[in-house]
Amino acid sequence: MKLKSILLGAAASFALAPAAFAERGSDGEVKIFYYQAVSTLNAYLSSGTKDVEAGSLVLEPLAGFDQDGVLYPRLAQDIPTVENGGVSADLTSITWKLKEGLVWSDGSPVTSADVKFTWEYCTHPEGGCAQGAKYEGISAVETPDDLTVVVKFTSPKPYPYQPFTGGTAPILQKAQFEACLGPAASSCTEQNTKPIGTGPFVVTDFKVNDVVTLEANPNYRDAAKPAFAKVTIKGGGDALGAASAVMETGEFDYAWNTQINPEQQEQMTAAGKGKFVNAFGTLVERIEINMTDPSPALAEGERSTTKHPHPVFSDIRVRKALSMAIDRQTLVDIGYGSAGRPTCNLVPAPAYQASDNTECIAQDIEGAKALLAEAGWTDTDGDGIVDKDGKKLSILYQTSVNAVRQDFQALVKGWWNEIGVEVELKSVDASVFFGGDAASPDTFQKFYADVEMYANNFDGTDAEPYMAQYLCDKIPGPENQWQGENINRFCDPAYDALFKTLSTTTGIEARGEVVKKLNEMLTKDSYVVIPLVDRGRLSAQSNTLGGFILNTWDTELWNVQDWVRVK
Amino acid sequence: MTELKLEKPRSQWRDVWAQFRRHKGAMAALVLLIALASFVLIGPLVWRIDPNFIEPNTAKMFKLRNLGPSWDHPLGTDQLGRDMLARMMFGGRISLAVGSVAMLVALFIGTTIGVLAGYFRRLDSWLMRLTDLFLALPLLPLLLVMMFLFRETVAGIMGPRLGTFMLIVVAIGITSWMQAARVVRGEVLALKEREFVLAARSVGTPARRIITRHILTNVLSPVLVAATLGIAAAIITESVLSFLGLGFPPDFPTWGRLLYDGIDAIRTYPERVVWPGLAISLTVLSVNYIGDGLRDALDPRIRGR
Repeated sequence: MKLKSILLGAAASFALAPAAFAERGSDGEVKIFYYQAVSTLNAYLSSGTKDVEAGSLVLEPLAGFDQDGVLYPRLAQDIPTVENGGVSADLTSITWKLKEGLVWSDGSPVTSADVKFTWEYCTHPEGGCAQGAKYEGISAVETPDDLTVVVKFTSPKPYPYQPFTGGTAPILQKAQFEACLGPAASSCTEQNTKPIGTGPFVVTDFKVNDVVTLEANPNYRDAAKPAFAKVTIKGGGDALGAASAVMETGEFDYAWNTQINPEQQEQMTAAGKGKFVNAFGTLVERIEINMTDPSPALAEGERSTTKHPHPVFSDIRVRKALSMAIDRQTLVDIGYGSAGRPTCNLVPAPAYQASDNTECIAQDIEGAKALLAEAGWTDTDGDGIVDKDGKKLSILYQTSVNAVRQDFQALVKGWWNEIGVEVELKSVDASVFFGGDAASPDTFQKFYADVEMYANNFDGTDAEPYMAQYLCDKIPGPENQWQGENINRFCDPAYDALFKTLSTTTGIEARGEVVKKLNEMLTKDSYVVIPLVDRGRLSAQSNTLGGFILNTWDTELWNVQDWVRVK
Repeated sequence: MTELKLEKPRSQWRDVWAQFRRHKGAMAALVLLIALASFVLIGPLVWRIDPNFIEPNTAKMFKLRNLGPSWDHPLGTDQLGRDMLARMMFGGRISLAVGSVAMLVALFIGTTIGVLAGYFRRLDSWLMRLTDLFLALPLLPLLLVMMFLFRETVAGIMGPRLGTFMLIVVAIGITSWMQAARVVRGEVLALKEREFVLAARSVGTPARRIITRHILTNVLSPVLVAATLGIAAAIITESVLSFLGLGFPPDFPTWGRLLYDGIDAIRTYPERVVWPGLAISLTVLSVNYIGDGLRDALDPRIRGR
């Protein structure tokens, strides 16, 4: 009897032991590697995933998405629905309730005024908000009391969970950002690099495009979290170096987006210090076609703007021929192995809104040649390059510096050469390419090239804001500091009209049908976007890091407060 | 009466060559450099594979990837089945061309400034302060900024390849003339007080003629030495730029670019880094040795010892 109770006591103490360890700051430092260095922590000023995700350590939205794409409350008490009365029956408003007793990391209370301010910040007419699509169609944000936020929409919103959810729409502190509205936004360096947030960590030091150090937020709402006292986010280098730092040398605990070739994945896993985690989400590697003229002969400020339509790509047959010449399965086999699959769609998931279009999968060089000939592009002077009216079909193809992308460039160039298209390649350092610096000529938004290749995805499960990126009024240009998301400068009134109907369609299935149509308007109907590969997310995680769950529907650091050191 | 037998006068260059031949390192380096030059210049005429050729038939292409050395591909193939030997030859052409042209640019600027500063007292302090200014500039950041600012403009005028070539050559040229200028100036300062220059001046020879006839011929030896060292520096600088992704377009192999691409495969296929690395090292080493041998051979005090 006595022995039994001793044994039980021992067992109980063992069972309790892990809980006893779970104390704020007990696990030391966690080192994170984002090889695209972080340049701001304000998600509203950068469309770069790296900035959004780093910012998500500090700034939080009202609700986020878990690893299955299901919405869960973060700053909100619960998820409003029509059933619980949070969403009005006519679908024109949604009422969020903030958790009680929430405080910012400086100790001041989080109120509905902050939420309202965030909306004002991003929708300021003179500012270039990188996440503007999240706040589409809001007529007003009302704050009946300190904890209640009522978002009113201009028209019924069948999917009312766009604003203030996911890593791309975090809540800013009004007191801190009040002076940073509109044109002043990007000059508020202190605020953008050291935002006051509600998340598990606060910034202690920020070196732009290099290192961000953070420490546990003393005012975080869960007293036992986060387990790590310190976070270091290191930037710079490349995907291979990042993977190696986790998998081989063990210097880092987690590396984001370690896009390396299948052979190297195998080899690094063999080192035994970590593992690659991967899950399929909505990330699609694609070639975007510039619908405007990027010619350097045009004046700065007119180049790649809607003032000058592209002289060659205005003909859909040329765009389609480029797509037909590509063998997507080969790209997958060379670049991604099991972490990718060929796709013809911009929206590859979830299933209910992914088009079943697969016509692009089979390569058709002869068909592409015939199509070019039909469009009037023939090789009249026998130099292997097609021409029309004395002008050769020559294009500039740019992407970021990345081993897989350079291989893709070489392969695609080979296929395009075969159908008689001359291709110049260009590769730009990733931190510059995705940096969003309005002064740099080499960003993907400026698009000073004929075609460019990169990957993009949307957070959450609803594709509406993603589809909103291709609206006519989202075109980047000098007037909005090149912050628009319509990279192709695609503008089709029919698309805008159909998109409007999405804003009034209810029911998951019906919405899925509209998204499918929108997706097809961009891909197989117009070929302004040439999807190549549906990429699984591939990140490297150290074996000593526990609690990490790869989430393809929100920021990868979504549950950083639950990360622990495995001893 | 015995007939006086006059020896055939020996030319200066024959003496230099005789002395140069006694420098074993320099001779070995010369042979190596000639071998490397013929590898890149004559090689592609014999080995007629396009360095950028990717087998269009996908099934075949997959079989061609990452091959080791074989008779079909003596240096193997890369991750897209491109022939490494052809890429090495093509890359070498660019690297050597950049090296020699950039050296000529640097030498031209350096010699001009050096001679002007040494010969004309009034220009001396201005030109030397300019030289100091350039010496004080951090070169790599300056090069990066130049590439960043002008690449597109120049590429727009001359096409991306020739444009990048010109830009790299000019950029390296105008950032590496300073040593040559200083060396030349020193020589000229000493030379212009020598008797033959004074004599030339006393008979009213114009400065232009004195410089071309008397000064330039006598500063030839330091200039030649500076030139060889300049080639080595230029090849390395081009490699650095390519390595940083700021050199030629990605489908344009140079030794530096091949090295950069090889880094990704260094664990699995180290030879992809070794070949271009070796070629760069050997070129630079041999050029340095030749410079060393030339310096000895051109110095009359050492010559004949």
